Amino acid sequence: MNLLFALVALPLLFMLASLVAGRHGPRLIWLAAPLMTGLAVWLAMVVHTAPEGGALGGWPVPLGIMLEADGLAAALMMASAITAAITGLFALGSYGTTRAETTGSYTFWPLFYGLWAAVNAVLVSRDLFNLYVAIELLSICAVALAAFGSRKAAMDYLMIALAGSLAYLLGVVLIFAAVGTLDLSLIAERAPEARTSILIGAALISAGLIAKTALFPLHGWLPPAHGAAPPAVSALLSALVVKASFVILLRVWFEALPGLTEQAIITGFGMLGAAAILYGSALALRQEGLKALIAYSTVAQLGYLFLVFPLAGGGETITPWAAGAWGAMGFHASAHMLAKAGLFLAAGLMIHASGNGRMDGLTGLARAMPVTTLAFALCAVSLMGLPPSGGFMAKYLMLIASLASGQWPYALVILAGGLMAAAYLFRPLARMFAGNETPAITPLAHRWLPLAPLALAIAAMALGLLSAAPYELMASGLPEAGEAGLEEVEP
Amino acid sequence: MMELLAERGSLFALTGAALIALGFYGFIMRRALIRRLIAFNVIGSGIFLLFGGTGYFDDGVDPVPQALIITGIVVALALTAFAAALAVRLAQSGDDEDENAEAGR
Repeated sequence: MNLLFALVALPLLFMLASLVAGRHGPRLIWLAAPLMTGLAVWLAMVVHTAPEGGALGGWPVPLGIMLEADGLAAALMMASAITAAITGLFALGSYGTTRAETTGSYTFWPLFYGLWAAVNAVLVSRDLFNLYVAIELLSICAVALAAFGSRKAAMDYLMIALAGSLAYLLGVVLIFAAVGTLDLSLIAERAPEARTSILIGAALISAGLIAKTALFPLHGWLPPAHGAAPPAVSALLSALVVKASFVILLRVWFEALPGLTEQAIITGFGMLGAAAILYGSALALRQEGLKALIAYSTVAQLGYLFLVFPLAGGGETITPWAAGAWGAMGFHASAHMLAKAGLFLAAGLMIHASGNGRMDGLTGLARAMPVTTLAFALCAVSLMGLPPSGGFMAKYLMLIASLASGQWPYALVILAGGLMAAAYLFRPLARMFAGNETPAITPLAHRWLPLAPLALAIAAMALGLLSAAPYELMASGLPEAGEAGLEEVEP
Repeated sequence: MMELLAERGSLFALTGAALIALGFYGFIMRRALIRRLIAFNVIGSGIFLLFGGTGYFDDGVDPVPQALIITGIVVALALTAFAAALAVRLAQSGDDEDENAEAGR
């Protein structure tokens, strides 16, 4: 079977299997985690040499469904597989035993695998409508998982997701009416003929995807939904779900419409991204709840992703720093996946142990939970962008790109965002090391649960320490905007 | 204008656009969850009608929009069922009085 089809179909199979397996359902993760991670690593190794893919079921485009992986898709697929696998193993601690079909531990697993399948489908789809179906599957699974925490927050999230998917679908219809195709590369060929109607369609698509990505100023639904959910769910939502809609936005602007990105659009995305960094960080500084702080940090960190628009210079102008900016975006997306998931898992363990989700509940926890605290600290290092983490590589490459392109205001925002991240993450860290006494804690469900956030933290570090291979991976198969500058700027 | 309306494709597309506008008004102006859900479906129907209209030509009909509309309807149905279930559970759990009152109105 084709590797890409397997990466999309296997999680769906696991979803069905977990439904019929009854009380053995949770144990499927012991098979799914190594299998899916192995396949994703395999894809990352072969994506250079042999671009895998093809049309599903032998049907040609436009009726058939085309799957294709580029370097960015392979890199993000590997990062998301590691994140999902470790989060899934961690979730065994909360959802490991099933007694009846109405319990959370029975419903968690199908939603978990459905979410995983949808993320993989988004990464390898090359067709606007196929992307729509994938993002809808993702939204349903994400909202249902968010409802494990607060149903009110999940409902707000669902309303935003519904509005976003309608805007996206309307944009797809307008683009189809203008060019008669939904395939990304065919749209790129035909786009110059129908500029105005395509721009209107693309604007609708962007509005819908911005709402689903929770870019400032449409971020309001994210902190309540991510902050109230159980730790494993928060990790999946913050790490994977919001990245998927961002990847679609990238595909639309850089692959389908490279000739249509005007300076105003690029600057608009850059400004929103910069505003998200500053506003999200400022609000994170003011949070008293640990998970709310981490959720607002997600709002801020998502802003960095949007800086790729001004830094890579849109699709039209080919610049020597575009490859660096593109690589920076890939690094940031991967590093944030790993570190943010680790942070949420570690925070979940601490809140369970101390029985208090507020800052003052953390006092002295470093002595009672050294491994969890270490994981929290390593993830925080990556989010702040300190060496040698993956987050450092991302921010370093972004700084170089913004200075090389003469867009120094973005450099200032990147530096300010790093400083503010350090400030808001030091607040919980300082609490953990405060005092002299070892607080009494509620025992964890399993002794080895802290190893899950630690593994994610180590993966985020490894991304920075072994940065050459992932950089090469993300740079291979770039859209033209990124490819051109590869020879001139080496990291 | 009359020539435009004489083409059946345009008539469908314009009706679709009108439905989208109506539904959008309902979606942003109403607070009650069930009303917003119905507004969502009105917008969806408008988009599907518009989509169908783009596939209508004098010498025949393009099958691709029809295939996609059916998929879209299935997705919209799934979303509606899920949203309705969530709204009912939200109303039953009663963790927000205002939301309850609005959903039941």
